[in-house]
Amino acid sequence: MKTDSPPSRRALRWREPSVLPGFIPSFGFVVVYLSLIVLIPLAALVARPWERGIGGFLRTVTDARVVAALQLSFTSALLAALVSALMGLVTAWVLTRYDFPLRSLLDAAIDLPFALPTAVAGIALATLYGAHGWIGGRIEPLGLKIAYAPAGVFVALLIVGLPFVVRSVQPVLADFEAEAEEAALTLGAHPGQIANRVILPALAPALLSGFSLAFARAVGEYGSVIFIAGNMPMRSEIAPLLIITKLEQFDYAGAAAIGLVMLVLSFGSLLVLNRLQLALSRRGV
Amino acid sequence: MAEPVESGSDAGLRIDTIVKQYGRYPALRGVSLDVQPGEFVALLGPSGSGKTTLLRTLAGLETPDSGEVRLGGQDFLALSPRARRVGMVFQHYALFRHMTVASNIAFGLEVRPRRDRPSKAEIAERVARLLALVQLEGLGTRYPAQLSGGQRQRVALARALAIEPRLLLLDEPFGALDATVRKELRHHLRRIHDETGLTTLFVTHDQEEALDLADRVAVLREGRLLQVGAPRTLLDAPQSAFVHAFLGETNRLHGLARAGRVLIAGEPWLSPATTLADGPVALFFRFHETEIVGPDQGLAVRLFAVHRKGGNVRLEGRDARGQTVEIDRPLTEEGQYQPGQTLYVRPTVTRIYAEDPPPA
Repeated sequence: MKTDSPPSRRALRWREPSVLPGFIPSFGFVVVYLSLIVLIPLAALVARPWERGIGGFLRTVTDARVVAALQLSFTSALLAALVSALMGLVTAWVLTRYDFPLRSLLDAAIDLPFALPTAVAGIALATLYGAHGWIGGRIEPLGLKIAYAPAGVFVALLIVGLPFVVRSVQPVLADFEAEAEEAALTLGAHPGQIANRVILPALAPALLSGFSLAFARAVGEYGSVIFIAGNMPMRSEIAPLLIITKLEQFDYAGAAAIGLVMLVLSFGSLLVLNRLQLALSRRGV
Repeated sequence: MAEPVESGSDAGLRIDTIVKQYGRYPALRGVSLDVQPGEFVALLGPSGSGKTTLLRTLAGLETPDSGEVRLGGQDFLALSPRARRVGMVFQHYALFRHMTVASNIAFGLEVRPRRDRPSKAEIAERVARLLALVQLEGLGTRYPAQLSGGQRQRVALARALAIEPRLLLLDEPFGALDATVRKELRHHLRRIHDETGLTTLFVTHDQEEALDLADRVAVLREGRLLQVGAPRTLLDAPQSAFVHAFLGETNRLHGLARAGRVLIAGEPWLSPATTLADGPVALFFRFHETEIVGPDQGLAVRLFAVHRKGGNVRLEGRDARGQTVEIDRPLTEEGQYQPGQTLYVRPTVTRIYAEDPPPA
């Protein structure tokens, strides 16, 4: 039980005290593994785009088509992650708080987007939302176009984002003490206040973590999007697709340049989200 | 909702024949209890006795199947839990972990509709007063995770007191704390009760805590209220074997009631009078309610252990039938007893109850 003052800012240190020995072998293993799997490939990516010099790099990434694609990728990922956060929260709530027939089936179905080749989801979406699809045929006369339009990108990203949020929030919600809610009730809080002031703040770190994962995944998503987006340059073409296009034209430097920009933007946003999450979970718990 | 107060005795809390069933398991089988305004009552019982269910019913966290609760003459069960204004303290504190201590305490005031909500300054002042009352001055900006168990429980108490409750309900509030802290908090709670004059119900399975703290103790078992009374009354005149045995350690001998006397096989010296009908009976005597007598004037007990217990020497032995018998003697006699020795023991006070039917 901590009774001393809040933990002061830790100095940079090489070694964390632990009852388990083996800091050096385990740290070494992690460094080697991460290097092989993550760092060296990414370093190669960083090294690749410069064969036409800085000018060539800048020309590639400021090209209107590239900028449009990056914008579409990041804004639709952000929007989709926000909506996934909200819907994932509601889904997790229903799955943990209520018991109903086939609950476990629904629970298992949440993970399907993890397992399914995303192309399958993309094709299914395109069929469903296309001009002659079951949904598309009904909403296109109303002027709503989802398939082969930027909105299609957003819908596809919703599918891949949802499980991340549900699976982040669900265990925290399941562990949440019923007593805290009961205490709030006896103190006179009404249900809205209990949700806003007691439950949501407790879920915030998990929700943010789910949001970050959904966002990260959505930025890189390729398979499902290309089948429904229509892939019109400047309109519904996502950055990962542009990378593939460049590769098919043997423009490796150009592909790497776009890749590098995506890497920097993603890493920056994830770093900010991580910091925020850390700050949220600092409060108590 | 403004019902007239019917009579003087109705000013307090009146619990009338509460029945509550969880599925097929009866939790409360018709419990009635009157609590005077400002009284401190302990609900004492083993787990499964229904004491927590009763408390949660009062808080509105459980709905009874039948029965009535009135507070100050008002139908209490008709009120929503939010409207009851009861201060509830939970065993595991149930603090809001993402809020500071001060925000935790202020919660019940902050959630009030604007017209009833005190101003920010008033809330801050009340929080400061409550922090002082529970002796946590200066800890308002901490988070619960930074506090010890005892401190957390005091925050929970302050939070419950902040809404100026009509009833203070505590559910095993010290159950998760170690013995020293528990004892300290116990007296602290009693002092706060005496200062605030709140009608207080306190659930515990610890008889020492109940007897030490409460004006009256209500003993529950398997959903029934067995006996209610001041601690001394319960100790001096327990109405059932269960109440007697639950309130303290005791020896038990089996006997038979025959024509107004209790007969214990092989012990002709011990035949107290009884008003019980003929049949198997249990005879109880407490460890300290004994004297040591000459050979064949008392129960022959062969000692197998001698050790200190509090300010006494506790002697443990077995009688001729192999039943364990324990006796407390003053510490000054410590040197006189060794394991292996045989003593003759005679109870000075005996309590006789009809033997419980054997468990099915």
